[in-house]
This record gives sequence, structure tokens and C-alpha cells, in this order.
Amino acid sequence: MIALLKRDLVLAVRAGGGFGLGLSFFLIVIVLVPFGVGPEAEILTRIAPGIVWVAALLAALLSLDRIFALDFEDGSLPLLATSPLPMEGVALIKGIAHWITTGLPLTLVAPVLGFLLHLEPSAFGWLLASLALGTPALSMIGTFGAALTVGVRRGGLLMSLLVLPLYVPTLIFGAEAVARGAAGLGGLTPLLMVAVITLASFALLPFAASAALKINLR
Amino acid sequence: MSIWEYANPKKFIATTTPLVPWVMGISISCLVVGLVWGFFFTPDDFRQGSTVKIIYLHVPAALMAINAWFMMLIASLIWLVRRHHVSALAARAAAPIGMVMTVIALITGAIWGQPMWGTWWAWDPRLTSFLILFLFYLGYMALWEAIEDSDTAADLTSVLCLVGSVFAVLSRYAVQFWNQGLHQGTSVPVATGERSVSDVFFVPLLVCMIGFGLLFLALVLMRTATEVRARRIKALEARMR
Repeated sequence: MIALLKRDLVLAVRAGGGFGLGLSFFLIVIVLVPFGVGPEAEILTRIAPGIVWVAALLAALLSLDRIFALDFEDGSLPLLATSPLPMEGVALIKGIAHWITTGLPLTLVAPVLGFLLHLEPSAFGWLLASLALGTPALSMIGTFGAALTVGVRRGGLLMSLLVLPLYVPTLIFGAEAVARGAAGLGGLTPLLMVAVITLASFALLPFAASAALKINLR
Repeated sequence: MSIWEYANPKKFIATTTPLVPWVMGISISCLVVGLVWGFFFTPDDFRQGSTVKIIYLHVPAALMAINAWFMMLIASLIWLVRRHHVSALAARAAAPIGMVMTVIALITGAIWGQPMWGTWWAWDPRLTSFLILFLFYLGYMALWEAIEDSDTAADLTSVLCLVGSVFAVLSRYAVQFWNQGLHQGTSVPVATGERSVSDVFFVPLLVCMIGFGLLFLALVLMRTATEVRARRIKALEARMR
């Protein structure tokens, strides 16, 4: 499992892996928002939590089709399926690798982008915490979506249609935690809900993803 | 005798084909009676005036929109566990009907909301969760269409339906947390039996609900039979090649 994780990380970081791509996409979306809604600081402060969360979600979505599609094309996915590693473990590792290459960097740069959007100073901690707890759920749900559509040629658009509705609860609780933190209300309740979704998706979705993979490889 | 005998496609078609006209007929008579009764022979509401009458379309459609997904969930489970093809095809047949019911509920809701709330749309928990349900239907149908091999498609959509159901319920409570809305709570709670709707309105509403339920049943039976026949034609074509 560790070897698979290392392999995926190396593949993602090397040329053509799209490691920086999601991060740049995140940055660009955040930069575009003020052009769309105007540079007034009050408006930006008001919408910053939601914008950062939506941008993080889209950036995570962008790299999802790489999780299984490349392995499926070059034939290493059937090899993984026949290896002694259980398919659930493969799905779990793929989700973790996706998080390390997209979710973790997104979380780390998010406070910087929060400055750009005039996020309330009190909300930075909440932003960091909610993204750190929430992006793993995005990766794991996305892994499930990628497993569903791995057999579909050019399934990227289809996968977005399937995965985005599944992202709704995570987005709501994540953005709500930051918004409450910004309003000084204390966002612990939504933050705990985000943590619940993350833990539950890591506990259950690898099984669903591996079922989907097995069906696709049949 | 067991219910699983009807999982045989031939027996399924032979049994349901004579039933469909009856179910359809009862459904249409229920709808005609319920709607005419509701529209012309009930008094206007004290506050809402005549706009209250859209309830006879709105509530039954919303009811069926949710129950259609529930039926798809059960059919998917039966497919995954017992591998009866009719079950998978019934789930596939129900999806577009459920989607249309969702759209009817959303549109009649907008038409009702405009005079009552002064807005066509509000990001209210109930409205929003229906919009999300609509997206789930779209995704489910898109996955069916995208995969060529029919057994693979049935398996994958069933898995999606199971996972989607969990997330749909989760979204329902998440949006409730996110925004307190305009929409009233349920007026006809089944569990407690205490209604806040007067019998004058409730009886025709009940007739409409039965009509919509039977309409859904008839449409699902028809569409499932169509899917079975389409599958047969495909198999015959494959054999001739």
C-alpha cells in the first residue's frame, strides 16, 4: 500500500502529472471573482468563505479523472486488481494520494488567497481547519465518482455531473463553518459535521468505489 | 407461489400488460375527479384565495418525486442482491418519471410561490433539496446512457443509487442547517395523523395523491415492459449478426 502511495505521488509530481495544475486553477478562480463582482472590500469579505470553498471544490474536481483513467488506459489497473492488495485498499490509497496532491496544497495556500478576498481576520483559522477536514472528503467522494466512470470514454463531464451533487453537504458545512467563524459565532458545529462526512466517506466509500471498479474491470 | 416469479420477464409482461389499462384508467378517473373537485367544488382559502388550488398538483407530484427515488433504491437493491433483470430495468424506467415529477413540483411550487411569497424562487431548504434531487436524477440517467454494456450499466447505476440516496438524505439535512426557509412544514403528517389541512381540501387532495400514485405505477409498468422488449430486440439483432 505504501509503495502504491509512493508511486502515485511520484507520478503526480513528475512532468505531466498535473500537480500544480489544480493549485493554479484554484488561484485563477479566486483572482477572477473580484473581476466579476467588483473590488469593493465589503462584498468580498461577505462572499469570501463561499468563494474559497467553491474554488477548492472545483480545483479538486479538475484532477479527479486522473485518479483511475491513466491506470485504466495503460493497463496497470487490472494489474492492481489481480495483486494481493484488496481493491478497497487501492481505492483508499488513490483517494489519499489525490488528497495529498490537491487537497493538502489547496488547504495550505487558502489563507493567502483569503487575504486577496479580504477575509475576516478571525476566520483564517476556521478556513484552514474546515479545508483541512473537508478536502479529504472531496477526494474520497471524487475517487468514488472516478471509479464509476472509469470505463466511459471522455467521462470527465459525466463525472462532474455525478460528483458535484455529492459534494453539496460537504460544501454547505465547510463554507458555513468559515462564515460563522467570520461572523464571530464559532463554527464548531458545522466543522464537526465536516469531520463526520470525511470520516464516514473514508470508512464507507472505498467499498463502494472498489465495487464500481470491479464492475468496470469485469 | 412467490413474488419472484414475476422477475421472469415473460411472466412479468404477461401479467402486467392486461393490468396497465386498468391501473391507467383508475388513475385517470381519480385525477379527473380529484382535480375537478379540487378546482371547482372547494371554497377559496381564507388567506390564500384561489391560489391554494395548485396544491392538488404540487403535493402529489412532490410526493411521487421522492417515492420514485425510493422505488429506484429498492429496485437497485433487488438487482444487486438477486440479479433480476426486470428489477434493474424498472429502476431505469422510473428515473425519467421521477425527474418529471420533480420538475412539476418545482414549477407548480414557483407558480404558487409567486403570489404567496412574492418570489418565484427562494433558497429554502425544501426547494433546494428538490433541486438537488433533480440533479441526482440527471446524473443517474446520464450514467445509464453513457455505458454501453447493459449489465455493467445496471450495476454501476445501482451503486450510484445507493450512495446517492445516502448523500441525498445528507443534503436534505445540510440545507436545513444552512438556511431556514419560507416553505411550511408538512401539513399531512402520516406518522401522527394530525392534519392542519381541512377535510374540505384534504379529501380531493387524497384522491389526487392516489391518482398520481397509480399514474406512476402504470407508467413504470409500461416503460419497464418497453425496456424488456427493447432488450429482446437487441438480443435478436446480436444473434442475427
